[in-house]
Amino acid sequence: MKSDIKIKVCMGTGGIAAGGADVMNAFNKELKEAGIDASVEKFCSMHKVGCRGLCAKDVLVDVIINGKKTIYQYTKPDMVSKIVNEHLIMGEPVAEWVAGEDYYNFHEKQTKVVLSDCGNIDPEDINAYIAVGGYEALKKVLTSLTPEETIAIIKKSGLRGRGGAGFPTGLKWEICRKVVSSGDSPRQESDQKYIICNADEGDPGAFMDRAVIEGNPHSVIEGMIIGAYAIGATKGYVYIRAEYPLAVERLRKALTQAREKKLLGKNILNAELNFDIKVKLGAGAFVCGEETALIVSIEGQRGMPRAKPPFPVHSGLWGKPTVINNVETLANIPYIIRKGADWFSSFGTEKSKGTKVFALTGKVKNTGLIEVPMGILLKEIIYDIGGGIDKGRALKAVQTGGPSGGCIPAELVDINVDYESLAKVGSIVGSGGMVVLDETDCMVSIAKFFLEFTQAESCGKCVPCRIGTKRLLEILDRITRGKGKDGDLELLENLGNDIKAASLCGLGQTAPNPVLSTLKYFRHEYEAHIKDLKCPAGVCNDLIEYSILEEFCKGCGACIRVCPSGAITGEKKKLHKITTAMCIKCGACFDVCKFDAVKKG
Amino acid sequence: MLEVSPEIEKTLDGILNKYISDEGNVISLLQDIQDAFGYIPEKTVDWFSRKLDIPESRFFGVITFYAQFHLKPRGKNLITACCGTACHVKGSDRLISALFRELNIPEGENTTKDGQFTAEKVACVGACSIAPVIIINKKVYGEMNISKLLKHIKVKHEE
Repeated sequence: MKSDIKIKVCMGTGGIAAGGADVMNAFNKELKEAGIDASVEKFCSMHKVGCRGLCAKDVLVDVIINGKKTIYQYTKPDMVSKIVNEHLIMGEPVAEWVAGEDYYNFHEKQTKVVLSDCGNIDPEDINAYIAVGGYEALKKVLTSLTPEETIAIIKKSGLRGRGGAGFPTGLKWEICRKVVSSGDSPRQESDQKYIICNADEGDPGAFMDRAVIEGNPHSVIEGMIIGAYAIGATKGYVYIRAEYPLAVERLRKALTQAREKKLLGKNILNAELNFDIKVKLGAGAFVCGEETALIVSIEGQRGMPRAKPPFPVHSGLWGKPTVINNVETLANIPYIIRKGADWFSSFGTEKSKGTKVFALTGKVKNTGLIEVPMGILLKEIIYDIGGGIDKGRALKAVQTGGPSGGCIPAELVDINVDYESLAKVGSIVGSGGMVVLDETDCMVSIAKFFLEFTQAESCGKCVPCRIGTKRLLEILDRITRGKGKDGDLELLENLGNDIKAASLCGLGQTAPNPVLSTLKYFRHEYEAHIKDLKCPAGVCNDLIEYSILEEFCKGCGACIRVCPSGAITGEKKKLHKITTAMCIKCGACFDVCKFDAVKKG
Repeated sequence: MLEVSPEIEKTLDGILNKYISDEGNVISLLQDIQDAFGYIPEKTVDWFSRKLDIPESRFFGVITFYAQFHLKPRGKNLITACCGTACHVKGSDRLISALFRELNIPEGENTTKDGQFTAEKVACVGACSIAPVIIINKKVYGEMNISKLLKHIKVKHEE
């Protein structure tokens, strides 16, 4: 019997870091030695695929024999030989390495639209995308729909911008489309329009855009071409972070392949559409994710935002009408066109349609990339998909929306995850970072962490943001050092609200959110730092001491060896001791002790 | 006026031609300089300023705005510590202080005196699910801890 074997190895940034390339090489070598690669009876092909979400269990490998899929987790190169011999040759999967219940639980409550082909197709091969229906949407648009009809479909679908603000995408396109005909542009008649893909994913704790571009770059390109047709743009840019080298490489490859297939360039698919895309590398400034700052950065200047209006749809890149869409927004477009607006709007809630991709990280068991219908319960994400809190600890809070978002406390874990519900509790959906915090995380320290970030990334143009964030950070810093004063919390609140009200752009307007939301729900923790000089979670260095617990210490000497300041003494097999005066609180002993004998607090 | 050698001039000419044919973008120009030299030598800014009749202040304005640009030479080995949210809650702070301590990098600097190592922090590399993350010479290492990190540094020292 002739069998058809497909092997898919996860080669996203996570997969490669876990050794994906070595696993792939091992397969190639073993297949050659086993003679499978040259066999007529066994048609075998290897594919590298993008992220399929569950990065915590990388390297994930799919072995598909005659359509029957087996998934291996934690694959290492030295496991490959056994998989080839027992599974590929003998037909018996290696049961002990096959992904278990966790893998299926992780996927069960997810609904994949944007990620439906991610992790399934080879991102470096345009034909793989075409084979699963790629560029069908573009064909449909060019042959049977006018730009207005295309916009109408997107409007009807209810798609809202996935970059954070949640502005309706169809409406944005429509406004830009109409700029020429109605002549309401401040710069009047416009012969040139632009569409920009915002891939400057700077939120710490978010990697959806990276994964989409690494896993299925053509979906973004197709979305951009359709957008260009709808608004009448002939030039497009992808503004992408230079910190994502693999995504940049795959995007460039995809663009070259699209040009070869006449999907970019002049007379795309023989229609009257001329459009091409350029890649612009960001240079490491978070504020450039703000659209007006992004525009001036493409123009080659310091990326400082300006006041709106005029909005970019009226006066954007080089003063021309410009639509800026986020990666995930654009990647949704081909699927909406192919499957219809009604199909898309059947997911989600009344005001938040469709699905959203989140980067689920922090203290959950199954960290990774997930896509869920809008309106899903937060606890379903954490306990069903995420598998609950790691190490059996208790959930403390969920941070969403990165430095612009807030912390949702454990007692609100029953809320729905959509634009409106999260806004109501003082957080945001944002770009989709979701960091789970447990009882060992200090909320004051988390707020300080985000403020350090926004303060450093503030471009300095407007005073409330430049000076306000600095003052906020100073207050937080002294609280974490045990030097907080009476009235500090009120000061944080007043100042935070002023910064929100008076800042020029989204960065400043949202920068106080992490502070304000933690103050709202975890005020007692702030108070413990100020009044009792204690950090309840045992994180803030100035408020804790390290000591060794007599009942657990085995006298193994591991802590003595790692201590950089020589603060730990003791003989082998006897109780060790930390000299507090010499301790620099680096935590090395805490990390290295296998017996939990080092106490923090 | 700072002199540049004919060899360097040839590289700069290439970058200049690309700049002229490609929309005249200062950021791309600086990215090209940094690709060629590993950092942005001041004399190259001086050279372009004269060629293009753009004040040096505009170049320095852009260079100092963006975190990616460096005005000082970098070490042979580049160790980047991610301090994104996920890495932060998984203890990247302790990793970072161990890194700077081990390499004995002077306060306020990021490169060792012998030019062997540059250590720096990056906001987020988007590999949050394998936090904490360290990147050594462009290779991403996940689930890092202090002892693994020290081993990597030792290996690089011996190379």
